[in-house]
Amino acid sequence: MDNLIALLVAAPLLGAAVLLCGGRRLDRFGHWIGTLLAAASFVVGAVLFADMLGKGADQRALHQYLFSWIPVEGFQADVAFQLDQLSMTFVLLITGVGTLIHIYSIGYMEHDERRRRFFGYLNLFLAAMLLLVIADNYLLLYVGWEGVGLASYLLIGFWQHKPSAATAAKKAFLVNRVGDMGLSIAIMLMFTTFGTFAFGPVLASTGETSEGKLTAIGLMLLLAACGKSAQVPLQSWLGDAMEGPTPVSALIHAATMVTAGVYLIVRSGAIFNAAPDAQLVVVVVGGVTLLFGAIVGCAKDDIKKALAGSTMSQIGYMILAAGLGPIGYVFAIMHLVTHGFFKAGLFLGAGSVMHGMNDEVDMRKFGGLRRYMPVTFITFGLGYLAIIGFPGLSGFFSKDKIIEAAFAKGGTEGWILGAVTLLGAAITAFYMTRVMLLTFFGEKRWQPDAEGHDPHPHESPKSMTIPMIVLAFGSVFAGGFFSIGDRFLNWLEPVTGHSHGDSPVSATTVTAATMVVLVIGVAIAWAMYGRGPVPVVAPRGSLLTRAARRDLLQDDFNHVVLVRGGEHLTRSLVYVDHTLVDGVVNGTAATMGGLSGRLRKLQNGYARSYAVSMFGGTAVVIAATLLMRAV
Amino acid sequence: MTGLAAAASTTSTGEAFQFWVLGTVAVIGALSTVLMKKAVHSALSLAGTMIVLAVFYLANGAYFLGVVQIVVYTGAIMMLFLFVVMLVGVTAADSLKETLKGQRWLAAGCGLGFGVLLIAGIGNASLNSFNGLGTANAAHGGNVEGLASLIFTKYVFAFEITGALLITATVGAMVLTHRERTERAKTQREMSQERVRGKHLPPLPAPGVYARHNAVDIAGLLPDGTASELTVMQTLRQRGQIRDVSNESLADLKALEQRSEERLGRDQDEEEVTK
Amino acid sequence: MNPVNYLYLSALLFTIGASGVLIRRNAIVVFMCVELMLNACNLAFVTFSRMHGNLDGQIIAFFTMVVAAAEVVVGLAIIVSLFRSRHSASVDDASLMKL
Repeated sequence: MDNLIALLVAAPLLGAAVLLCGGRRLDRFGHWIGTLLAAASFVVGAVLFADMLGKGADQRALHQYLFSWIPVEGFQADVAFQLDQLSMTFVLLITGVGTLIHIYSIGYMEHDERRRRFFGYLNLFLAAMLLLVIADNYLLLYVGWEGVGLASYLLIGFWQHKPSAATAAKKAFLVNRVGDMGLSIAIMLMFTTFGTFAFGPVLASTGETSEGKLTAIGLMLLLAACGKSAQVPLQSWLGDAMEGPTPVSALIHAATMVTAGVYLIVRSGAIFNAAPDAQLVVVVVGGVTLLFGAIVGCAKDDIKKALAGSTMSQIGYMILAAGLGPIGYVFAIMHLVTHGFFKAGLFLGAGSVMHGMNDEVDMRKFGGLRRYMPVTFITFGLGYLAIIGFPGLSGFFSKDKIIEAAFAKGGTEGWILGAVTLLGAAITAFYMTRVMLLTFFGEKRWQPDAEGHDPHPHESPKSMTIPMIVLAFGSVFAGGFFSIGDRFLNWLEPVTGHSHGDSPVSATTVTAATMVVLVIGVAIAWAMYGRGPVPVVAPRGSLLTRAARRDLLQDDFNHVVLVRGGEHLTRSLVYVDHTLVDGVVNGTAATMGGLSGRLRKLQNGYARSYAVSMFGGTAVVIAATLLMRAV
Repeated sequence: MTGLAAAASTTSTGEAFQFWVLGTVAVIGALSTVLMKKAVHSALSLAGTMIVLAVFYLANGAYFLGVVQIVVYTGAIMMLFLFVVMLVGVTAADSLKETLKGQRWLAAGCGLGFGVLLIAGIGNASLNSFNGLGTANAAHGGNVEGLASLIFTKYVFAFEITGALLITATVGAMVLTHRERTERAKTQREMSQERVRGKHLPPLPAPGVYARHNAVDIAGLLPDGTASELTVMQTLRQRGQIRDVSNESLADLKALEQRSEERLGRDQDEEEVTK
Repeated sequence: MNPVNYLYLSALLFTIGASGVLIRRNAIVVFMCVELMLNACNLAFVTFSRMHGNLDGQIIAFFTMVVAAAEVVVGLAIIVSLFRSRHSASVDDASLMKL
């Protein structure tokens, strides 16, 4: 069974190679190749999963050693895979949701000339993400990490003829570079500290290392996670990434990319456990992003951008949970999986709506679509109920656990974190209800598109609806399935560890509080958008609303602080270079030149001048001789 | 010369007198060698100094060297100098004005320092007594015999090599002053044949002949008044630098007439004014 | 009088000769000054020979004379050929040691 692991990566990688190198002759059926290979990867994952279930909890981790990548004395980098319960969870999520998105894309990208290339990139994305989660050392993980960055760049900028898409891709890539820098520094630190970067030895020897070093490594890992998972302060690329085709957004937000950061933190749990300071920063980042994303989500009229804000917020939940330590690891992953289902469903639903509405994205120009797109309405609705945490659906279980874990952190921190997560839940309920109401309820506010065609909303083809239905099932039942009998907890505990903490409030109280804030959020949204007509053009809104529409001024902040600051820094560096460095260099040169110019005059070509020098020299020699004799 | 082998501390009074008188002459000679404007005078002063030095050699018991000094130095080398001076130009007087900036001051400073140091060094060395050459000269029966025995025994190799050096110097001097001919010298016969076969039997006319102007770049006039190019050097002819003055006198005349007219006109005007 | 006075005279003549080399521009005079320096040395050698009662000093003086003769021959030949090509015997005119 061990030898099957490589197949997980190999299948989509083969697909990417074939599709990208195959040329136009594959145009007609290339998308089937891509989908089949993604599905093949899923089948391999399922087989491995079945095999894993048959074993005891201790023997479940599998290893496969392929070859030695960089064999240098004292620096051993292997291409080797490790498939334990944590990796298995990710593999199933990535390949499962990924395959569904492939199927969906067949319909969604039907009219695109470059569909074959699109599927090639999708396969590349899957391969990179799979490599990331099954690598058995940080260096190989880094390869996957960069691969994910590359694939996301290619996919976000897939419609590169649009300048906005090209810019968004570049922005995502650049912001990701900052995080990548963190990961590479973390790996270097690991190597100097532990002498290796394989998961096993590194995580086992955290006890023998000073806390300062571990904190440094942890903070660098967090920086990496912030870049990939769009956490504050590296969140700015996520909203713009909506310029890519909708399946890409679904893939980035649900199954791949943004989950990489959560995976990294949970995988490096041992490091964070031993570095409480780093852990605290993780929690703070998670909490801030949670509220940040939620607030942005409230103000956006673009359906995809509202969902993007929601993703940021939900990932914030996961990061926060991961920062709680053993109390939260399992729930972070559980929320990640359930979020994978319902967020993929929501994005595919949004894509379906856009598909029917001539690629319109402004929710204020939707309205009353529930009768025209029943399947989309129902699947999207189920996803909506799941994300706001409607009792019984998957979001309810996973989010509730995180809120409980936040309270269980204990002390003042626990109360603050609990309050933040509850507030986040309320805002989530508000903005998701807003999305739902604006899109599917109320009167029609449809506008003709740029060419004057009135939209004719219609249900999407089967290839699009079936994945949505499957994902809707996941959204509804996954949480319950995982939670009943603590199945998920028992499954992951051998890898991540778990502790219950000591919650100051009982689980029932937390659930009740969650229900209350949920109702409040929904009620406010209903009061604002459900009762009366909604204006097609957005009102000016309060200062906060306007700021939130501009992504809470993230780009302005970046521009003022980073771009301007960078420019000023560069300018001052150039100034220093011109005056100080060049001054020293030119000054030395000028001094030498001047001295040489003076000295050159001694070399005047007149034999008599030279003779004087010789004569003077002789006199000096005589003087020295006499002096030495006298002494 | 007097005592045999006994270390003495003074010489005879006669020698002392001779030293002071001739020493002064030697220093004056040396100074005028350096300071005389004409090379001939320098050479003569130097010859005088050398003769004085020859006397000093004799006084010091170096009879052979004293004679050689007169014969070789004063007789041969200084005459060679004079010969070269004649070749270069006896009358040519050097300007003693210094052209290199600071050269004279530096030279004076260095010379003064050097001399003071040298004299201080000699003064420092305790040379209060001397042996005299009596014993050494007597060993082989005389000064010349003593030197001969040293040269042909102890210094024989140096002596032979010196011979080689002299030969080399002679050859070198010949090589340096020898001029290589670039073409075969014409015999008298060839030259006369060339003359007869050429167009002009008599010598070429000189420039300016029959003309009012005798500069070399002005062609002479033939009796009929035309200019003859033959009278001008071939080089100038080929460069086209022959000046034609046939019109200059006319232009001069014109200018003179104009000037006199102006003057006369002005005088007339003045006269009219006075009238 | 002590023969050491000859040494002082020798030093004086040598210094005068050296200064002459530095001051004069005419190559022939410069050469004469060099000869003067050589003669001053010879005087010192002869004096030392007398002071030590040893003929070796005279031998050295003898060799010096021979070498001086050879040197004069070559040097004057150089001056003549220099004069031929430049019509000048000034040492400063040959300032070709400078680029």
